[in-house]
Amino acid sequence: MEKFTTLKSTTIPLNIENVDTDQIIPARFLKATDKKGFGDNVFRDWRYNKDGSVNTGFVLNDSRFSGSILVAGNNFGCGSSREHAAWAIVGYGFKVVVSSFFADIFKGNALNNGLLPVQVSEQFLSDLFNEIASNPQTLVEVNLEDQVISVEGKDLSEKFEIDAYKKTCLINGYDDIDYLINNKELIEAFEAQKTY
Amino acid sequence: MSKKTLFDKVWDSHVVSSIENGPQILYIDRHLIHEVTSPQAFNELENRGIPIFRPNQIVATADHNTPTLNQDQPIKDTLSRKQLEQLSENCKKNNITLYELGHKYNGIVHVMAPELGITQPGITMVCGDSHTSTHGAFGAIAFGIGTSQVAQVFASQCLLLKKPKSLRVIVNGKLKKGVLPKDVILYIISKLGTNSGTGYFCEYAGSVFENMSMEGRMTVCNMSIEMGARGGMIAPDETTFEYIKEREFAPKGEDFEKQLAYWKTLPSDEGAVFDKEYTFEAGDIEPMVTYGTNPGMGIKITESIPLEDNASFQKSLKYMDFKAGERLIDKPINYVFIGSCTNSRIEDFRVAANYIKGKQKAENVTAWLVPGSKQVEAQIIAEGLKDIFDEAGFELRQPGCSACLAMNDDKIPQGEYCVSTSNRNFEGRQGQGSRTILASPLVAAATAVEGKIIDITKHLN
Repeated sequence: MEKFTTLKSTTIPLNIENVDTDQIIPARFLKATDKKGFGDNVFRDWRYNKDGSVNTGFVLNDSRFSGSILVAGNNFGCGSSREHAAWAIVGYGFKVVVSSFFADIFKGNALNNGLLPVQVSEQFLSDLFNEIASNPQTLVEVNLEDQVISVEGKDLSEKFEIDAYKKTCLINGYDDIDYLINNKELIEAFEAQKTY
Repeated sequence: MSKKTLFDKVWDSHVVSSIENGPQILYIDRHLIHEVTSPQAFNELENRGIPIFRPNQIVATADHNTPTLNQDQPIKDTLSRKQLEQLSENCKKNNITLYELGHKYNGIVHVMAPELGITQPGITMVCGDSHTSTHGAFGAIAFGIGTSQVAQVFASQCLLLKKPKSLRVIVNGKLKKGVLPKDVILYIISKLGTNSGTGYFCEYAGSVFENMSMEGRMTVCNMSIEMGARGGMIAPDETTFEYIKEREFAPKGEDFEKQLAYWKTLPSDEGAVFDKEYTFEAGDIEPMVTYGTNPGMGIKITESIPLEDNASFQKSLKYMDFKAGERLIDKPINYVFIGSCTNSRIEDFRVAANYIKGKQKAENVTAWLVPGSKQVEAQIIAEGLKDIFDEAGFELRQPGCSACLAMNDDKIPQGEYCVSTSNRNFEGRQGQGSRTILASPLVAAATAVEGKIIDITKHLN
């Protein structure tokens, strides 16, 4: 897994609530047996019109916005457990998703793929959307070590929470498999004396 | 001793160890896998040279991406065929039990495992599918996981997790005629919203759930994830034990008695405290339908779509081509789907057949009935329900996830409404541009007969 420490980038604002994993990556693209290529189809049915032409009204197709931080509305990633959603977002080039609330499974999947979910207050999110709307070149800095997200040149920043163990994993690029395998003896001992 | 909830009891007995200021190592008893979310996990282990730790605790089925017609013939779609071949190959290589297409035990993962007695009270169970919450109906801790976690369970039979908070939803009283378990859960989600359960495990308690069949309890627990809860649970009782007894992989004889004694200790202690609790009255619940693009956007079938002024709500109504303030009664419907891990068990088809008997499907309607498993399919035929469906012009297909997520050819066309017994009404869920209205099997059957949504409460004897 790629390491994550700090990131400064412009953003893409997706001001929609309850973005579900079927929108992030529709089921018809789940037939692959590897993790490659999902980025091409991220938000497929919002990026393209029914006739296959580019939907110029969708923010990912708006040339004013670019960057590796996706800023999204409340309850991002609800729905299916498909990790393909995290692979699609990472595949497109995002390294951070900012929202005021993340669905459980998506959050875990993101962290397992080096994609940092930054949960901020409703107020901060609303202010951030306003900043980006008034200046698409707004730079946002995410500092994982200090757990702070801030808007460059503005008095707008907030501390965010992250599980201490997951933070260590992200900073060092470790994953859970390494940790679990190193605890095999404990697991075998548990199996031998299970009480249920 | 401190009072414990059902969830506490099962969770605490499965903790291998705890990391300071971090997650716990939770032991997983049963791991269910299917073709869509497992291949990358198998690859991961193979690339890292890690063997599968406990292959005999894994059971595989093919369900998400399988055709529901001509299952005896080779699958036409190359990618789908390859994905299924990959599953067979991976299972063979790693000595994992697989109920592949055509096998007498094949079926939707959350229908197959309970009916085989694989799902039992007090166990931990995971699957790379968010509707794994279904199995909580037996008093098990069961939840959906991502593919990285599938790989973790492959490698260690464990997961690193923080213990979720506890939530209890109580519904007491007597359900009105025509109100099914699906209506109960759609009602709860419409009241609590799609993220009220995020970070929680939900226990359903009260007389309504105590009086429900196992099939009904599975329907309820299945949709826990639609209010954000990772899992749902119902205390095991005589209904549970009776269901499990004598099933293929259920403990037998003395073993069963021993397990039974343990299962009986599982219900939440009197006075156990939950982090959050909601109470509803059974008498307030009526047949439900959804009008928007998330399962929380539900109303009683006779109600009007609420008036709300926010962008996401407007976007949702625009997609559905509905107007705030209007009712869904009399809306013409051309597609009906009865199936999915929510409502594809024998009881669901009995409800549908009971309504349909002696009636005819409306001409404008395409109605797909998709059993949850080969065993359910066999039961439909054995009980004579297939004859009722055939005579009424309904099409009984072969088992699979089918039009719930439309990965196979069972897609609802662009712009069409589908009254569906599945669990998600997200944009395009049942096919690009499709519009899903979630409902019970009874409402779905009535819609198919009338060709439009009707007030079912007026049509019950």
